[in-house]
Amino acid sequence: MAHALAEAGYTLLPEPFSGGAPAPQIQEKALLRFITCGSVDDGKSTLIGRLLYDSSMIADDQLEALDRDSKKFGTQGGNLDFALLVDGLSAEREQGITIDVAYRYFKTDRRSFIVADTPGHEQYTRNMATGASTADVAVILVDARKSILPQTRRHSFIVAMLGVRDVIVAINKMDLVDYSEARFNEIVAAYREMAQSLKFRTIAPLPISALAGDNIASLSDRTPWFQGAPLLSLLETIDASRAEEVEGEFRFPVQWVNRPNLDFRGFSGWVASGAVKVGDAIASMPSGRESRVKRIVTMGGDLDRAVAGQSVTLTLEDEVDVSRGDLIVGASEKPAVASRVGARLLWTAETNMHRGASYIAKLGARSANVSIEKLHYLIDIHTFEKAPGRPLGLNEIGFASLQFDRPMIFSDYRDNRELGGFILIDRITNETVAFGLIDRQAQTTRDESAATPQGAEAAWPRLAREYGARLAPAAASGMAVGLGAVLLGASPMTGATLGLADAVLRPLAHRLYGDYLGYSARRDARQQAVRDEVRSEGDGI
Amino acid sequence: MKIEGLRQALDKWKFDAAFGGARRDEEKSRAKERVFSHRNAAQAWNPRDQRPELWTIFNTRLNPGESMRVFPLSNWTELDVWDYIAAEKIPVASLYFARPRPVVRRDGALIMVDDDRLPLLEGEVAEMRRVRFRTLGCYPLTGAIESGAETLEEIITEMRAATTSERQGRVIDYDESDSMEKKKREGYF
Repeated sequence: MAHALAEAGYTLLPEPFSGGAPAPQIQEKALLRFITCGSVDDGKSTLIGRLLYDSSMIADDQLEALDRDSKKFGTQGGNLDFALLVDGLSAEREQGITIDVAYRYFKTDRRSFIVADTPGHEQYTRNMATGASTADVAVILVDARKSILPQTRRHSFIVAMLGVRDVIVAINKMDLVDYSEARFNEIVAAYREMAQSLKFRTIAPLPISALAGDNIASLSDRTPWFQGAPLLSLLETIDASRAEEVEGEFRFPVQWVNRPNLDFRGFSGWVASGAVKVGDAIASMPSGRESRVKRIVTMGGDLDRAVAGQSVTLTLEDEVDVSRGDLIVGASEKPAVASRVGARLLWTAETNMHRGASYIAKLGARSANVSIEKLHYLIDIHTFEKAPGRPLGLNEIGFASLQFDRPMIFSDYRDNRELGGFILIDRITNETVAFGLIDRQAQTTRDESAATPQGAEAAWPRLAREYGARLAPAAASGMAVGLGAVLLGASPMTGATLGLADAVLRPLAHRLYGDYLGYSARRDARQQAVRDEVRSEGDGI
Repeated sequence: MKIEGLRQALDKWKFDAAFGGARRDEEKSRAKERVFSHRNAAQAWNPRDQRPELWTIFNTRLNPGESMRVFPLSNWTELDVWDYIAAEKIPVASLYFARPRPVVRRDGALIMVDDDRLPLLEGEVAEMRRVRFRTLGCYPLTGAIESGAETLEEIITEMRAATTSERQGRVIDYDESDSMEKKKREGYF
């Protein structure tokens, strides 16, 4: 996703790299977002607690509280119960389960991480999807005693559907199967078999014990047969780039028409894909009216060029009618306008879908009324088989034809998460009743052999990273626009603007850059080896 | 006290949204918070039934009486905030910088005694210590930390080496582990 690139800190590199020269030392994203998932009691929360603990992110007073809580609620006989660090709600601690996604932050010398710890219960699938929607990588936990469970299948399906292409399969609780290599290999084979149709780019299997700390921060003596890297090294080096958004065609959803006085009329938003320069011929969609970019305005001064992940305000040469929700695109790359599209829906409400009912769709910055014309089929997320279409209930997935009440621009979710994903809102309760992924390739019948989720093309050249690094200084000066718009009180509910503030402002790179210089060549070599290994693991899929 | 004042103000002006600077790294119930956090007509947070929040698409629609608490800095860390303050040269309150200040130690926290709002308990004597505040909550329930950090750079250095959490000085969190969650359910930010 484009904003992950911006968030990765490319935007805030200090001066030495500002001259337009590539930054060869910076090879990877400085920030990795990952999700942990797996069946109930597979040990997700324990794993995250362990990661935080092993990377020294737990403060003394939090450790004291953990010690108190472990004695009170712990499931480890009074020993530190790391799960209690992340199960933040009292209902979760009482029941020993995770209900909602929790976000955690930690860093190593190499990268900063945002972890989404997601619930295992089917009942909370929508919360799991919330975490998966912004993740670059998924860590899927499997209990070594139980192997692949229905929830493992379901979670794998959902992360694949939401566009995660790289997974680490952590076979946990190895301590309870005597660190058996045979057992490990058996589960890995079963996982690969199960995940075949999910088309992940990378599958990296790993034997661990989150409780005992095996193969988490360092390789364990108890698994001498395991030749890979420990979890932290994997997370530090896994390449989760998404080139397509930076390289794609220019797409700029207009969030806000900025008109402070009669002399200025600008269109504020966030570049969802591609790039734009001053003087470029553009078109406003869906009207198709054309003009040229006059200025690219940011709080830190005008830019000559803006790329995916940047928040900017564009002014145009001509008085073109553009409103919130419109899409500014390159004039030679006008997308088709349509009002009907096929999409996968995951139902998130307690009340079932009503046949023929109309909902409010939010797609990019555009809202429209939509009716579900036909539910072609359901997808069973345990067998990945298709079933006859009927109105969806909570946590069910189906493929539907949607009819919008106005012309829209539809991007396939595979090409761009931000432009291809949408939510449906109930017009009475205002609940988010479903989320959808635009699928322009799917058949509308059940005749296909298997239902494969989205994602998984293998095109990801290095260009994206170099691109991001080179354009860093320009991005830095553009960063305050989104927040600025909110502070000016434009519209307190310009939600997407806030997404931008979150995405672009996070000032990570200063210190990451500093950390990077201290990095030794020896470690680089080791990590290259790890990377190669991960890559070759993925090739067979 | 803070909760009551906030609720009264929000009720009186019927705001659709109130922006807050809370971050998910502060505390474990905050780690569960959405960026757009829905509050019912009683301003209560229902952590068991939050709206799904995918990508950067936010459902901002409200029924009469309902409101949003909005946390644009959700994904920042404490150190991010200080790095940003340094990068953008943002002025901050002097209480964040270490100075000699009169304090008493009470329940493990260093409470500042610079006027007569804080009656001393029997046997307590205010002493001068070099302290600063890592977080500023309501007086007198926020404890100071002993520190020599007098400049932004020194604060950032101290922060990187810190072994206690930011809210460690907040007596308000201390009643029990789920104290923050209870307050949020009542309408706290």
